[in-house]
Amino acid sequence: MTAANQGWRARLLSDAPASRGQARLGQWYRGWLTFSGNWLAMLGLLIILALLVIALLAPWIAGQSPIAQDLAARLQPPSAEHWFGTDAFGRDIFARVVYGARITLMIVVLVAVTAAPLGLLVGTVAGYLGGWVDAVLMRITDIFLAFPRLILALAFVAALGPGIENAVLAIALTAWPPYARIARAETLTLRGSDFIAAIRLQGASPSRIIRAHIMPLCLSSVIVRVTLDMAGIILVAAGLGFLGLGAQPPLPEWGADVSAGRKFLLDQWWIATIPGLAIFIVSLGFNLLGDGLRDTLDPKNGGGG
Amino acid sequence: MLRVNELSVVFGQGHDALTAVDRVSFMVEEGASFGIVGESGSGKSTVLRAVAGLIPDWGGEISIAGKPRPRRLDRALARRVQMVFQDPYASLHPRHTVDRVLSEPLTIHGVSGVEERIERVLADVGLGSAFRFRFPHQLSGGQRQRVAIARALVLEPSLLLLDEPTSALDVSVQAEVLNLLARLRRERGLTYVLVSHDLAVIAQLCDRLAVMNQGRVVEELGVAQLRAHEPAEAYTRQLMTASLGYDPEAIAAFKDFSA
Amino acid sequence: MTASDLLEVDDLHVDFHTRAGIVHAVRGVSFAMGREKLGIVGESGSGKSMTGRAILRLVAPPGRVRARRLAFEGEDLIAARESRLREIRGKRVSMVMQDPKFSLNPVMTVGRQISEAYSVHARVAAGEARRRALDMLAAVRIRDPERVYDLYPHEVSGGMGQRIMIAMMLIPDPDLLIADEPTSALDVTVQLQVLAILDDLVGRRGMGLIFISHDLNLVASFCDRILIMYGGRIVESCAAGELASARHPYTRGLLECLPRLDEPRDPLPTLKRDPAWLAGKV
Repeated sequence: MTAANQGWRARLLSDAPASRGQARLGQWYRGWLTFSGNWLAMLGLLIILALLVIALLAPWIAGQSPIAQDLAARLQPPSAEHWFGTDAFGRDIFARVVYGARITLMIVVLVAVTAAPLGLLVGTVAGYLGGWVDAVLMRITDIFLAFPRLILALAFVAALGPGIENAVLAIALTAWPPYARIARAETLTLRGSDFIAAIRLQGASPSRIIRAHIMPLCLSSVIVRVTLDMAGIILVAAGLGFLGLGAQPPLPEWGADVSAGRKFLLDQWWIATIPGLAIFIVSLGFNLLGDGLRDTLDPKNGGGG
Repeated sequence: MLRVNELSVVFGQGHDALTAVDRVSFMVEEGASFGIVGESGSGKSTVLRAVAGLIPDWGGEISIAGKPRPRRLDRALARRVQMVFQDPYASLHPRHTVDRVLSEPLTIHGVSGVEERIERVLADVGLGSAFRFRFPHQLSGGQRQRVAIARALVLEPSLLLLDEPTSALDVSVQAEVLNLLARLRRERGLTYVLVSHDLAVIAQLCDRLAVMNQGRVVEELGVAQLRAHEPAEAYTRQLMTASLGYDPEAIAAFKDFSA
Repeated sequence: MTASDLLEVDDLHVDFHTRAGIVHAVRGVSFAMGREKLGIVGESGSGKSMTGRAILRLVAPPGRVRARRLAFEGEDLIAARESRLREIRGKRVSMVMQDPKFSLNPVMTVGRQISEAYSVHARVAAGEARRRALDMLAAVRIRDPERVYDLYPHEVSGGMGQRIMIAMMLIPDPDLLIADEPTSALDVTVQLQVLAILDDLVGRRGMGLIFISHDLNLVASFCDRILIMYGGRIVESCAAGELASARHPYTRGLLECLPRLDEPRDPLPTLKRDPAWLAGKV
């Protein structure tokens, strides 16, 4: 088995890959070696994987419903029956935290798949084409950047009505401008490089150059920034929930639960503290992961991505 | 093959305007190899970039194979004119394999027989198919420059613009690349325009050369004339003396030609 | 030249301990030099720059410097404390790097940088330091020292920047100057003019100079003695004038593969690397 193991290791790390697939896999494997050598990054990854597993298997892990009320058993401290205790309506906090992972994950994924590509596209197009396209796109970006994120999100939610979907939309709309800035800055340094000049001389269209040559190189710094931002996004979502403008009751959203628990903070500390800890741990996880990715994806390390 | 007439390039506007190239004219016959030598800031690379189409604003005329060169980059022209850059560490996309670098131009122009073309051009530049799926960081400087040359050749152009193709390489690798370029020109009947600061490199690869200083052509001469130490201009003679190595007396006699 | 007592290097090694294993950048370099111009020539990866840095123990971790003996004027540098090394660096031994743009502080005028380099080692009044700095600028043949004194690094040309670097490195009156490709970023005529200044100053002050370069012809015409490095070792050592009769196949190969103006050769002879040059214990 060890021999077979060494066989595929050697194949992946080979300096002379024999096919496209092997070259790509080798690149990924090298990146993984850098990443896995960093134990803090691995801890971050572990936290995020745990979040995924918990969200996926919520019904089996929680064991009971997060919204079933039991007014007879309200405000109970942690016990064998209710691991994290119960809240003001007698709902099991453990179940709410577990199901809350789904909502947090949904927010994170929705923001990531909308804001990151939008920012990347705007930034690379503005940076590569320059001129008036750049001026127009960047002024629009500046307008969005000028508002504090939470305030703008509040305005959106106030206009569109409270609810988790509108909260996500509001966060996504306020999240993309920094990605556009980063992508543009990177594009400006790449634009003048010889390898871009070479592909231009070969007749490639601007859209091909942006898509196939510039975007992949900006992608890694955007991914890192998105990962680092995730903590902030979760906090904004929690903040909106806390203010009653995010997820609506009885949805088990961590921020809303912290808000609901604050009335009981002195006597029943667990109601606000447990969801707060969940927010803290997941935010930390994304931050550690982002730091690790930055080290791995840095093109100076020749890493994969 | 290439005719450049009264080419001028000005960077910036108004007070900051800098004339990088000032009324430069020369002609390169089909199959010939023409050198442009000069120090940094002489405008030699700017001439090459204007011919390639990387600089959109220039005055004068450039014609390639009898047709005037359009100001914009031109897809059809890509199959006739290609360029090799100075720094092989900067001229290859860091995330693209050799295979991708070579196949992309073929895809852009819808050329068929991609596999055979790539295998052949790799063999032509002295890299076996073992190199085909490597990333640039898995290659040495010389190997990278061979890939850059292969990229320039894969569309089978007739005019190759070489911008200091060996100055970032070690001398032993430089010799290999110069030999490769000489062989490729013989085998494929290519026309070269080679820009370098090194007179010996120009003499090795070219038949004629223009000496540039401060954006202007100081003189144009044959390589035989250069080898016989018979340049007409003092500037060219000083460049020749400087290329011979350290000699305190000769250096004391150096003049400043930047005025 | 006098006895070889300025710098003694015996069995110098520089190793880098990385995850992929140990990389030996310098593998047992030995030489001794007096107050002369010593050239170290090699291609990239030959260990020539690392040798220059290792003399001042300026190798960043994970690199490690080992040597049987590394002594400057009889003083052991391997056993020396970091504080003692700092005294030696700059005051007794200076180093000039390839690109002045990266070695000069961009937000300080060049004049202040030079006078500071002086006053750090010789405790003098500001006026005296300024006067010395102006003298030094004049010594590196800067025409209008008063004007140049107040310029920022981005306002000077490459050739002038390198002359300023040399002024800065020579003002503490060191006994040994290590110059790592000090002129490679410059045009050939400017390069030679800078070297002429360096030559003059080194000769007049009776300093030792280690000149590290990839340019065999330049080193041969500029230095008194040459060490040729390959794969972290010295493969040949000879007087500059005797380079033409060098014996090692690597040196011969390097000489052969240069294109020449006077003697056309097509194709150019190429260098055949022999693995035996790298063999032997590390």
